[in-house]
Amino acid sequence: MGNCEDGFFFLTGKDFTNAGTASSNLKAVLERLGIAQDIIRRAAIAAFEAEMNVVIYAVAGMMKYRVTDTEVCVTIQDMGPGIPNIELAMTEGYSTAPDHIRAMGFGSGMGLPNIRKSADNLSVNSVVGEGTTLEFVIQIKDCH
Amino acid sequence: MNLAEIRDILNATVITDAAALLNSIESVYCADLMSDVLSFSLAKCLLITGLTNAQVIRTAEMAAINMIVFIQGKRPAVQTIRLAEEKNIPLLVTDLSMFDACGRLYEKGLRSQSTSVGRAPIVDCHEGYV
Repeated sequence: MGNCEDGFFFLTGKDFTNAGTASSNLKAVLERLGIAQDIIRRAAIAAFEAEMNVVIYAVAGMMKYRVTDTEVCVTIQDMGPGIPNIELAMTEGYSTAPDHIRAMGFGSGMGLPNIRKSADNLSVNSVVGEGTTLEFVIQIKDCH
Repeated sequence: MNLAEIRDILNATVITDAAALLNSIESVYCADLMSDVLSFSLAKCLLITGLTNAQVIRTAEMAAINMIVFIQGKRPAVQTIRLAEEKNIPLLVTDLSMFDACGRLYEKGLRSQSTSVGRAPIVDCHEGYV
């Protein structure tokens, strides 16, 4: 590839009609750049889980990405309620999602664990009442 | 296994345009929890689900799922069908229950893992909240 590419997408809370559009756009960027399919799948899954978290819990947010020869780095910042106990939120099955979110197939307490599983590195910083910043990195090896 | 074979086994109706008729699948995953799909399914698999909202299509797109079957005659909204067509993911509807749909496909040799691996685990089936 030889160059770095970056960009961003806005996320709107409670907009379930367009939920997933940013992750879909990110996936299209990675496909255009010729990134390997398994890397794209991992990045898309992690981005989608993070995007759904913003749509479910926050007022608004932003997904920023940076793709280099060696990694895909995605940062999701939101204006949301924040996470009081990140360690607990990382536990598989732990969820505070209401029933109408569960009825859509989400909120089963697998979001953050899925992101951790898909990414090579994950950091989560959160301030209760202000919002959450999540960043994940997926290494690109010699696969494109 | 290709779409026509899946359609015949499940006595299903294809509700998207025929653009992705050539999509083939090697494994099956079954769930109503989309996070389970994102966490445990394999790329290029068939998803069997009772959920019909747009998030199912988005989930399939992210997880590189090749085909979706909706059980018990559940049809998604037109916008959801259009989104699937845009993403080149064929949709089928069967009147069968989730259990029977899984059973028929298992009987025909499909598994939750790639059939080429030679293992024979059960078809994953997780109950959701709906």
